[in-house]
Amino acid sequence: MFGLDRKDLTLFLVVVALALFAPFLLNPFPSDSGLAQFNAGYPDLMQRFVIFGIFAIGFNILFGLTGYLSFGHAAFLGVGSYAGVWMMKLLTMNVIPAIIISVIFAGLLSALIGWISLRRSGIYFSILTLAFAQMCYALAYSVLTPITGGETGLQLNLDDPRIIGASQTAEGNIPVPHLFGLEMNQTWQLGMGGWEFTFSAGYYLAAVVMLVSFYLAIRLFRSPFGMMLRAVKSNQQRMNYTGLNSRPYTLAAFVISGMYAGLAGGLMVAMDPLAGAERMIWTASGEVVLMTILGGAGTLIGPVLGAGLIKYLENILSKINKGVLEQWFAVMPDGIDTFLVTIVYPFIGKGWHLTLGIIFMLVVIFLPGGLVEGAQRIGKLFRRTRKPAATDDPEHHPKPQPHVGE
Amino acid sequence: MDAIILQILNGLDKGSAYALIALGLTLIFGTLGVVNFAHGALFMLGAFVAVTLNKILTLSFTTVDETRTDFLGNPAKIETPYVEAWFGPEVGGWMIEWSVPLAILVAIPVMALIGLVMERGLIKHFYKRPHADQILVTFGLAIVLQEIVKFYYGANPIPTPAPEAFKGSFDFGALLGFDPMTIIYPYWRLVYFLFAMVVIGAVFAFLQFTTFGMVVRAGMADRETVGLLGINIDRRFTIMFAIAAIVAGLAGVMYTPILSPNYHMGMDFLVLSFVVVVVGGMGSLPGAVLSGFLLGILQSFASMSQVTSVLPGINQIIIYLVAIIVLLTRPRGLMGRKGVMEE
Repeated sequence: MFGLDRKDLTLFLVVVALALFAPFLLNPFPSDSGLAQFNAGYPDLMQRFVIFGIFAIGFNILFGLTGYLSFGHAAFLGVGSYAGVWMMKLLTMNVIPAIIISVIFAGLLSALIGWISLRRSGIYFSILTLAFAQMCYALAYSVLTPITGGETGLQLNLDDPRIIGASQTAEGNIPVPHLFGLEMNQTWQLGMGGWEFTFSAGYYLAAVVMLVSFYLAIRLFRSPFGMMLRAVKSNQQRMNYTGLNSRPYTLAAFVISGMYAGLAGGLMVAMDPLAGAERMIWTASGEVVLMTILGGAGTLIGPVLGAGLIKYLENILSKINKGVLEQWFAVMPDGIDTFLVTIVYPFIGKGWHLTLGIIFMLVVIFLPGGLVEGAQRIGKLFRRTRKPAATDDPEHHPKPQPHVGE
Repeated sequence: MDAIILQILNGLDKGSAYALIALGLTLIFGTLGVVNFAHGALFMLGAFVAVTLNKILTLSFTTVDETRTDFLGNPAKIETPYVEAWFGPEVGGWMIEWSVPLAILVAIPVMALIGLVMERGLIKHFYKRPHADQILVTFGLAIVLQEIVKFYYGANPIPTPAPEAFKGSFDFGALLGFDPMTIIYPYWRLVYFLFAMVVIGAVFAFLQFTTFGMVVRAGMADRETVGLLGINIDRRFTIMFAIAAIVAGLAGVMYTPILSPNYHMGMDFLVLSFVVVVVGGMGSLPGAVLSGFLLGILQSFASMSQVTSVLPGINQIIIYLVAIIVLLTRPRGLMGRKGVMEE
C-alpha cells in the first residue's frame, strides 16, 4: 500500500496513529494530579514536536544519507519564517500560501548555499555552511532590518496592506492565521473523568504536514536516489571512479533538506505569525543536529523521536524550579533532601541546557546510532536468549572457493 | 594615512585573540587530528580564571566604623579585603589591582590540568572516530562547560578591570609624527598585542628549538614512523593538547579587560576562529597566526564609517565572505599543506 513494503507501512501507520492520538497519548496523567506537570498534551508543545520533527526529518535526509554534516540549517528555517510572515502581511492570512512561499524561499537559498558549499566535503563543508548561516544571521540582525525587523523580529501589524482579507478584524485586532476559515489557534476540549484533552486545529494541520513529509522521506529513503545518497556516504571516491558525478545528487539532497527546514519555518509562522533572527543562530543549527543524532541519524523514525524528546525535555525541565524540587524530595529525611536538591538543581530550570549537553555527549560517546540503535541493541539482547547467534554475513565472509584450475 | 594606521591598530587586539585561539586549534588538529569545537570554551574558561582570581582577592570582611556614618546616618560599614588585612594595604591593594596579570600564573597550571583531563578523559577515545563525531562530542562538551560557568557566575558579563597603570590611552600620533590625538590606542590593547606576540613566539620557539618540539613536528608530519622509532608520540601529543589549552586560556585571561567575560564569549569567538583556521590552512601554524591578524585587521577596516556607508553591514559578514572566497579559490587555505584533510 502507498508503495511501501510491509515493514515501512507498519512504521508509517504507527507514526500516523501516534500523531493523530497524540492529544490522548501525551496526556497520561489526570489534570488535578501532581504528575500533571509531566503532561505534554497541550497544543503549543505538540506543535513544536511535529514542526521540529519535520526539521529533523529534513536534516536527516542530508546528514543521515550522505553524511554531509551541515551546521547551518537553521538559516533555511529562519528564511522560511520570514518569507511566511511577509506572505501573511502582504497577501492573505491563509496559511497555505505562506507555507508554500516558505518552502520556495528556503529551497532557493539552500540551492545557492549548497551549490557553493558542496564543492568541499568533510569539515570544510561543515565550516562553509556554518559561515553562510552566520552570515545570514548577521545580515538579518543588522543590514536587512527593513525586511527582517532586526532585533525585534518581524511581526504582523494592524496596518498591513493585505490584498485578500482585511488588515484588521472588526474588533480592531490583528487577524489570526487560518486555513480556509479554520483558525489555527482554535481548540476543542474534551473532559473525561479527571482527564482534560485538548485538540487544536493548528496541531492537526502541522501533524498532517508532518505525516506527508514523513511519507515522502520514507519513499526517498527507499528510492534509487536514496541508494545513491547512501553510496555517497559510504565511499564517494569509488562513486566518482565509476564515472558518476555525485554533485547533482548531494545538491538535490541539500535542497530537499533545506526545503524541509523551510516547511518547518513556514509552519511555525502558521502557528504563531512572527519571525526573529535568533531562529537562525548557529546553536539553533546545532540543536537540529542534536535531535537527529539523539534519535539516530540515517534511520527513518530516529529524527522524529529525537525532536520530540528534546522538545519535551526542554519544556519539562525548564518548568521545574527549586520549589517543585523541594516538594519532591520532602519525603526524604532532613539533610538528605537538601543535599539532593543541591545536586539536582543545576540540571533543571534555567540549567536544562546542561542536561541537554550531557545527554548529547553521552549519546555521541556510547550510542553513536542514537536511540534507535539503543532500542535495537536491547532488542537483540532479548532475541539472543531465544535464537543462536546470527550466521555470518556471506557477503563479508565469503566461503573459500577452489582456485581456478584445481 | 593616520586613519589607516588607526584601523590596523584596532584590528590588532581582536586579531591577536583570533590568532591565539586559532593557533591552539591548529596545534590540536595538526597533532591529534581532532576538530575541537570546545576550544572556544577553553578561551572562556581562561577568562573566568581571571574573574575567579579577582573575586577571591577581593573577598572581604566587614567592620563597622562607629566614628563615621553613611548617608542614612547609620554607622559606616567598611569592607576590607582579606589580602589587605594579611599582607598590609600596600601589597594587598597591589595584588587586587594586578589581578588580571597575576591570573596568568594561576591560569597556566589550571588550563594545563583542564587540557590534560579533557584529552585523556574524552578526546583520546575519538582519534579514530569520524570528524563529524569529534565535532559533535566537543560541541556537546562546549555546551556543558558553558552551562556550568553560567550556573556559577550568572548570565551577565562580569567586568574585570585592567591595572591602573594601563588604564589610559597611548598617543601614537605624536610618536609617529602625525598630529597629536589622531591615533590614540588604549594601553591595554597594546599590552594584549605584545603578550600575544610573546606567546606565539614562545610556542614557535618551543616547537622549533627544543628536542621535544622537534619530535612533535616529526609526529605531525608522520605519526606512524615516529611511533615505530620507539617514541611515545601519544604522550607528547597529549602535552601539546595541554599547551594548546594553556594558549587559549591565556588569550582569555588577558582579554578580560577588553571584553567583560560572559558565559557565551567562547562560542562567539569559536566560529570566527574556525574560519580563521580554515582561511589560514588546516594544520598550518604560521597560516593560523597570519590569517588571525589579517582577518582581525580586515574586520576593523570594514567597520570604518566610510566603508559601512557604501556597503552597510559589511563589517558583520566580511570574515565569512573572505572565508568563502578563500575556500573556493584556494581550497587548502592560504598556507595549507598538501595532504592535510584532503578527503
